[in-house]
Amino acid sequence: MQVVATRPKSLTDLQFTYCPGCLHGVAHRLIAEVMDELDIRNETMGVAPVGCSVFAYKFFDCDMQEAAHGRAPAVATGMKRARPDMHVFTYQGDGDLAAIGTAEIIHAANRGEHITVFFVNNAIYGMTGGQMAPTSLPGMKTTTSPYGRDVDDIGYPIRVCELLDSLVAPFYIERVSLLSPAEIIKAKRAVKKALLYNKEERGFTFVEFVSTCPTNWGMDPMKARDWARENMLPFFKAQKFRDKGEE
Amino acid sequence: MGKKVLMKGNEAIAEAAIRAGCRLYFAYPITPQSELIEYMAKMMPKADGVFVQAESEVAAINMVYGAAGCGRRVMTSSSSPGISLKQEGISYIAGAQLPAVIVNVARGGPGLGDIQPAQGDYFQATRGGGHGDYYVICLAPNSVQEFADMASLAFDLADKYRNPVMILADGLLGQMMEPVEFKDALTPEEILEKEKQHWDWCCRPNEDEPNHHHHEINSLEIDPKELEKHVLRLGEKYDLIRENECRWENYNVNDDNELLCCAYGTASRIVKSAIDQLKEEGKNVGMVRPISVWPFPYQQVAAGVGPKVKRVVTFELNLGQMVEDVKLAINGKVPVEFMGKVGGLVFTPEDVKAEIEKYL
Ligand SMILES: Cc1ncc(C[n+]2csc(CCOP(=O)(O)OP(=O)(O)O)c2C)c(N)n1
Ligand code: SF4
Repeated sequence: MQVVATRPKSLTDLQFTYCPGCLHGVAHRLIAEVMDELDIRNETMGVAPVGCSVFAYKFFDCDMQEAAHGRAPAVATGMKRARPDMHVFTYQGDGDLAAIGTAEIIHAANRGEHITVFFVNNAIYGMTGGQMAPTSLPGMKTTTSPYGRDVDDIGYPIRVCELLDSLVAPFYIERVSLLSPAEIIKAKRAVKKALLYNKEERGFTFVEFVSTCPTNWGMDPMKARDWARENMLPFFKAQKFRDKGEE
Repeated sequence: MGKKVLMKGNEAIAEAAIRAGCRLYFAYPITPQSELIEYMAKMMPKADGVFVQAESEVAAINMVYGAAGCGRRVMTSSSSPGISLKQEGISYIAGAQLPAVIVNVARGGPGLGDIQPAQGDYFQATRGGGHGDYYVICLAPNSVQEFADMASLAFDLADKYRNPVMILADGLLGQMMEPVEFKDALTPEEILEKEKQHWDWCCRPNEDEPNHHHHEINSLEIDPKELEKHVLRLGEKYDLIRENECRWENYNVNDDNELLCCAYGTASRIVKSAIDQLKEEGKNVGMVRPISVWPFPYQQVAAGVGPKVKRVVTFELNLGQMVEDVKLAINGKVPVEFMGKVGGLVFTPEDVKAEIEKYL
């Protein structure tokens, strides 16, 4: 018998705690597969956020730290500075990274910390039950924007890649989507680039995943993907913003 | 031991921390502790260490969390408003049981307050300070020498109990110049030896199976039964610390004391001068000075009450915070009085002497 697919070594054998059809699991798997392929598991440590992916510290089979809400880039800075021979990544949602942790992500990027940040943008606060996120779309209904996000009152969604792209230091910034097998394959290439540059100590690398939250969007997983394609991708364009390795 | 040098408290604690093996320091500037961060900026690179000026105290303490989770000797410092911002991170450090040292060169509050010495952070420092059930070991020096000596003690206690340790000084101790004699610096080998005690739980280089490890630095226990176990274990640790780590100084405490004073930090220096003046006039007054304000030396304060002592007076640079602990210690045996000074102002030995004489 030939094994064609198996659990990456860089994931523990714990069952994911995500809702059926949630793309956090896909993002985890891509990162773990790349860790295996680059053979960096034993020199890698990660930081989990506060959000649905809080248990990422149990899922990645390397040393992990669980950070306070939004603080992962600061925690990762401390880790990288403490163990410069190791590779450090964070995994964060949009509330974690683009609201409460805005200062930490901008300054870690601006210092050009040699870390990789994986940013899962599902336009909503998943874990706390579907409140408005800094990335919620104009008019989007959430439990704290029950009449739809009113941009005159609360502003427009924040485009994090574009924001970070205004800084000098970051080495690699790309936004990808996880909405179809083809997009997932493309996303994996971005993950690989980010972690390879990390391994090579090139600088700060950042990958944003345009994702979904079927549960809090109130849609089945397939419909959620369609909705994301129609509504998120026009605002959050999947593109490479910067790749200093190719300049 | 080297020779004595004249130094500001802020610089002395920085130098002593580096000698004690601190190789990572993260902080944000604030008066009256800026000489500390500036000293670290200058000296850490020379010691092959890490200095990062963080974007905020919140970020700085979370950098400390990350480095402490890697089992390295790490420190941050600030003054009162910045210490408030660090409380989130200190709670997580306590919850995750990480060793780290935090220096508070306290100033007047609340709010922005002023930049003069004050002791208004006593409650915050001795009652955990952030959310949840936890304590921070808190050492309160009253001279530049003692401030410096506390560096290696703080790191050793942090290691021993896997708990944050705070050194609670104030603007006077930070800014004042006094002669100080430093301990010999730890060698890189000695530092590594200290750090190795954390290798069975911290984040560090890994190996393949069967020696692969999966270490988790974490304060989350979603199952209440598990969190209960965790917090009870913390409680046992705090009991052990209470039992073993009370530190205090008796000054002129004897059976003929007519009155007992209680003061810590800068306030205790002034009380000492007053006691000396009273002694010259034939009046016999003693003082118990808590050196660890958590754990508070309750028994030692109670034991300081001699047979002729009719009153205990607590002197603090605040509205009366430690006096609550002193009352707990004395437990109604004799009346406990309080004299305070606020606003970043400091009472004089004459003020203290006059207060004591009211009760003699
Ligand atoms: C200081 C603090 N504030 C608020 C919370 C509550 N909280 C937990 S997760 C979360 C939002 C998570 O949303 P996101 O980062 O988008 O991740 P997702 O759950 O969608 O993956 C919030 C507000 C918290 N844990 N800590
Ligand atoms: S709530 Fe949303 S983001 Fe969270 S696990 Fe469920 S689907 Fe995924």
